[in-house]
Amino acid sequence: MASEVHEATGPTAYIVHHLTDLKVGEGFWTFNLDTLFFSALLGLIFILFFKKAADSATSDVPGPLQNFVEMIVEFVDTQVKDSFHGRNELIAPLALTIFCWVFLMNAMDLLPVDLLPGIAALVGIPYLRVVPTTDLNETFAMSISVFFLIIYYSIKVKGPIGFAKEMLLTPFGPWMIPFNLLLKLVEELAKPISLGLRLFGNMYAGELIFILIALLPWWVQPALSFPWAVFHILIITLQAFIFMVLTIVYLSLAHEDH
Amino acid sequence: MSIIATLIGQMITFGLLVWFTMKFVWPPLMQALEERKKKIADGLAAGEKGKQSLELADKKAKVYMKEAKEQAAEIVNLAQKRANDLAEEKREAAKQEGERIILQARSEIDREIQQAKEELRQQVAALAVSAAEQILRKEVDINKHKEIVNNLGNQLGQA
Repeated sequence: MASEVHEATGPTAYIVHHLTDLKVGEGFWTFNLDTLFFSALLGLIFILFFKKAADSATSDVPGPLQNFVEMIVEFVDTQVKDSFHGRNELIAPLALTIFCWVFLMNAMDLLPVDLLPGIAALVGIPYLRVVPTTDLNETFAMSISVFFLIIYYSIKVKGPIGFAKEMLLTPFGPWMIPFNLLLKLVEELAKPISLGLRLFGNMYAGELIFILIALLPWWVQPALSFPWAVFHILIITLQAFIFMVLTIVYLSLAHEDH
Repeated sequence: MSIIATLIGQMITFGLLVWFTMKFVWPPLMQALEERKKKIADGLAAGEKGKQSLELADKKAKVYMKEAKEQAAEIVNLAQKRANDLAEEKREAAKQEGERIILQARSEIDREIQQAKEELRQQVAALAVSAAEQILRKEVDINKHKEIVNNLGNQLGQA
């Protein structure tokens, strides 16, 4: 059990234990089963919840479920319409998926740090990280997917030649082609890296603080973990929102002709 | 903490979620929202239309009311005039009738006076003749004075 490990090997081991994934495989072909499982589970909860609302959606007086879902959908739709002015059937559902999925994965942060790993230990699972967004693989999976979409739409909207021109000739004109290309490459690559690292960093740090609080004597813990959790309600929503808005902004930039 | 094949799995999950949302979640919700928006817009438009027609009806009603008032006043005026005329006519007729009755009565009276005068005259004549007869029976021979008495009688009858 987690607490036994903690008592046996000290606080550092406790922290390391909590930040170790449940792994299968070797080298590159390693799968973090906990990340895959929880993200898929939360994604399933998200789509089933929204599918239920979408199936029973009426234009008459909406029920509480539809009201709630419509609130989120309209919120996302407003964000998309504010930043993105083209016509693209993918962007709004993409933004909705990112917002809800990231929010749900972040929200796992609010569960007590020992709850699910403790239960898992009881049934013989040695390691378990319950917050998928504290795994770089998860955040980069999303940001790299978004990066691919940026490249795809840049080429689709501007054409291969237009895209090449933009990469080579801006911002300093034809005499600075190598420098332009370098600048553009950094600019484009910075997008997925910053997008993925921002979410990962915030959630990882937040989870680490929760683990550190869990190391304190039990009578101090509520005084610290409660305000931190309340603060984290803001953080998880904000990070989901930031990821969504930046995705919309990057894709709208990809649609703009210079 | 390294980038491993989990990333690929996560990308697949992400892609599936986005596809599902795009295919089955977003369109029906947006459609419902659009329909409701349209319904509300229609409702508001209908409300505006109703308000306008109410205003129009109000105006019409006012016009009708005014017309009706005018007509009523006209009718009352007419009726009053007619009543006055009728009263005048009646008064006139009554006056004529009265005059006629008076006239009739007067002629009746005249006729009766005439009749009375006639009767009186005959009675006086008869009285005078009988008195004269009584006188003459003692002093005058009937045969001798017959002519005179007759003349007298005639004269009296003529008077």
